[in-house]
Amino acid sequence: MSDTILELQNVKTHFPIHRGFIFKRLVGSVKAVDGVSLTLKRGEVLGLVGESGCGKSTLARTILQLLPTTEGRILLNGKDLTLASRKEMTAIRCHMQMIFQDPFASLNPRRTVFETLAEPLRVHNVCDKKDVPQRVASLLETVGLSSRFIHKYPHEFSGGQRQRIAIARALALEPKLIIADEPVSALDVSIQAQILNLLAELTRKMGLSLVFIAHDLSVVKHISDRIAVMYLGKVVELGTATEVIDNPLHPYTKALVSAIPQPDPDSEKNRHRIMLPGDPPSPINPPSGCTFHTRCPHAIEACKVAIPDLIAHKGRFVACSRIKDL
Amino acid sequence: MPHLVNDRFNLIIQTHSHAMPFLTVADLRTYFHTRSGVVRAVDGVSFSLQRGETLGIVGESGSGKSVTCYSMMGLIAQPPGKIESGTAFFDGVDLLNCSPAQARSIRGKRISMIFQDPMTSLNPYLRIGEQLIEPLLIHEKISHKDAIKRGIEMLEAVGINDAASRISQYPHEFSGGMRQRVMIAMALITKPELLIADEPTTALDVTVQAQILELISKMQKELNMAVIFITHDLAVVSGLCDRVQVMYAGRILETADTRSLFYNPKHPYTQALQKSIPANQAKGKELFTIKGLPPDVSKPLPSCPFAPRCDFAVERCLTEPISLTALSEGHAQACLRVQAKEI
Repeated sequence: MSDTILELQNVKTHFPIHRGFIFKRLVGSVKAVDGVSLTLKRGEVLGLVGESGCGKSTLARTILQLLPTTEGRILLNGKDLTLASRKEMTAIRCHMQMIFQDPFASLNPRRTVFETLAEPLRVHNVCDKKDVPQRVASLLETVGLSSRFIHKYPHEFSGGQRQRIAIARALALEPKLIIADEPVSALDVSIQAQILNLLAELTRKMGLSLVFIAHDLSVVKHISDRIAVMYLGKVVELGTATEVIDNPLHPYTKALVSAIPQPDPDSEKNRHRIMLPGDPPSPINPPSGCTFHTRCPHAIEACKVAIPDLIAHKGRFVACSRIKDL
Repeated sequence: MPHLVNDRFNLIIQTHSHAMPFLTVADLRTYFHTRSGVVRAVDGVSFSLQRGETLGIVGESGSGKSVTCYSMMGLIAQPPGKIESGTAFFDGVDLLNCSPAQARSIRGKRISMIFQDPMTSLNPYLRIGEQLIEPLLIHEKISHKDAIKRGIEMLEAVGINDAASRISQYPHEFSGGMRQRVMIAMALITKPELLIADEPTTALDVTVQAQILELISKMQKELNMAVIFITHDLAVVSGLCDRVQVMYAGRILETADTRSLFYNPKHPYTQALQKSIPANQAKGKELFTIKGLPPDVSKPLPSCPFAPRCDFAVERCLTEPISLTALSEGHAQACLRVQAKEI
C-alpha cells in the first residue's frame, strides 16, 4: 500500500449556465474548481482555506463524487473515482465520509439517533443485524456521548452534541478518509474547542486522513498538518500549517492572514493590515492570467497575461509569477 | 431586593463618575413567556456608556447580548417577550418607559442599529436608494431629491464606487460585503449619536470583515458617535473597543477596559473563554475546553450561572446570589470567590 491515500490531478468542476426556456443554450460556466492538484498522505490532516465562493466546498463534494467532475482524475487508494461505476462508488463510499457545517440541518429531525447511526451499517451490511445496537452504542461512546441518548431525537441535543452525532455517523463505516466542511463554524467558542479536540483525537487514534475546510485560519492552523489556500477555484499556496500562517508567501495568503483579528489588544494596535480592495471576482468570468491580479498590491502588466503554476519555493508551493521578486 | 439593585446601579455610576454617562441601563430584565416556561434572556443587566465610547458586549449564543440591545430599541416582540424591570436613560429620556412618539423620534435618528445578516436585513423588493433614504424622509424635513443626494454621498462615504448608479439597484445586485456597507450607510445617514452593531461581521469573510471594521471605526471618528458592538468573537473586540463586558446566561459577569479584560481577566468564565481560543494555544496540543453546557435559562438561576461549569466553584457558589463589584476603577466582576480574594 502506498503512502498516499488521495491524489487529485488537475481536478475541474464547472457548472454550466443555460439561457432560454425551450431551446436551452450554453452561455458559459461557473468555474468553481479550476485545476486543483493535491495529494493527501495516510493519517494526514489537510486544511483547506479561502473566502466564500473560492470553491473549497465544491472541491470537497467533488472528491466524494457528490458532484460530477468536469475534468481531471481523483485517485483514492490508486483507484480513479471519476471512472468508477455507480455500483463501485457505493462500495468506495464506505472509505470516505463527510461531516457537514450545520448540525441543525444535517440530521434528519424525524429519526432517532439510533436510526441515523444504524442506517449506514444496514445499507452496507457491515455487521449482523443483532449487533447493530451494540455498534451504535459504541459509536456514541467514541464521540463522547452516553449510550443512553440512543433513542432521542436531534432536537433534544445542543449544537455541539449534534455535531458529535454527525461525527459518529461519519465514523460508522470506519472510513479511511473524512472530509469535514466547516464542522465548527456554527458552534460557540467553548463548544468549538471540544469538537476540535475530538476530531484531533480521532484522527490520531484511528489513523484517519482528514480534509478540514474552514474559513477561520487559527482553527485550521491548530488542527492541520498542511494547509492549502484557495482563491477562485485554484490553489495559490500549499505548505505546512505553521509556515503558511506564520510566514505566508503568496500576496493573497499574506492579505488573508493579516486580516485575522488577534485576541490581544496590544498586537492588534501594531497589526499591519493589508487591505484587499473590493470583493473576489466572479468565477463565471475570472480575470485573465493570474486571477488575483485585480486585487493584488504587487501586480504588474505581466500578471494579466501569464497564468502562474503552483511551483516549489522555499519548501512549499506557491502560484505567483513574481514570487522571487517579493 | 431593591437595595441590592440600587447598590449595583450606584456602583456603576461611581466607576464612571468623571462625566455624566450618555446612556445608562440599570437592572434591565427581559423575560420571554413561552409554553415551556419563562426564559430569562436578560436578567438584571446594568451598564453605562459615554459619548464617543466603544463598548463591546461579548458572550456565547443565548447569553442575552442581543436581547439587551433589542430591549433598548423596543424591538422585542411583546408577547412573548416582556421587559419586567429596568430603565435605560439615553440623554435624559428613559427608552423603556417613554411614549411611543418619543421613542420614534430617537430610534433611527439618534440611535441606529446594524444587524448580523446583510442578506436578510434589506428588503429585496425595494431599490437600495428607497431603503437608504427612508430614515431621512421620516426624521428630517427634506425633499426626496435632496435625500437621494445625501444617500449618494453616504454610499460614497462607506466606500461604494459608482454610487450614483448603484443607488437605483436592488439588493441582489450587491455582494455580502457591499450589502453590509449599505446597511451601515442606512444606519449612519441620520448622523446618529449611538450605533448598535449586532454581530455585523459574523456572516462575512475575514478580508471583508477587516474592511467593515475599519469602516465602522472611521465613521465613528468622523461622527463622534458611541458604538455598542455585540459579538461572540473576542478577537474582533480587542482592536475595536474601549471597554468590554462579558455576558453569560443573561448577566454581566465581568466588565473592564479592553486591556485589563485581555491581560488581567478576573472572572473564571472570562479566563476560560480566553483560554479556549485556538489562536492563544500551542499548535497540536489539546485545546482547553469549558466542561459542560451553557445553563438552561428557563429555570431561575439564583446563584452564579457559571458555577456548574467552573473549576473554582465551591458550595456557596451554587447558593449565594452574585453581584457585579468593582475591583478597581472601571473593572468590575461578579465572581464571589474573587470578591472574597480567595482566587
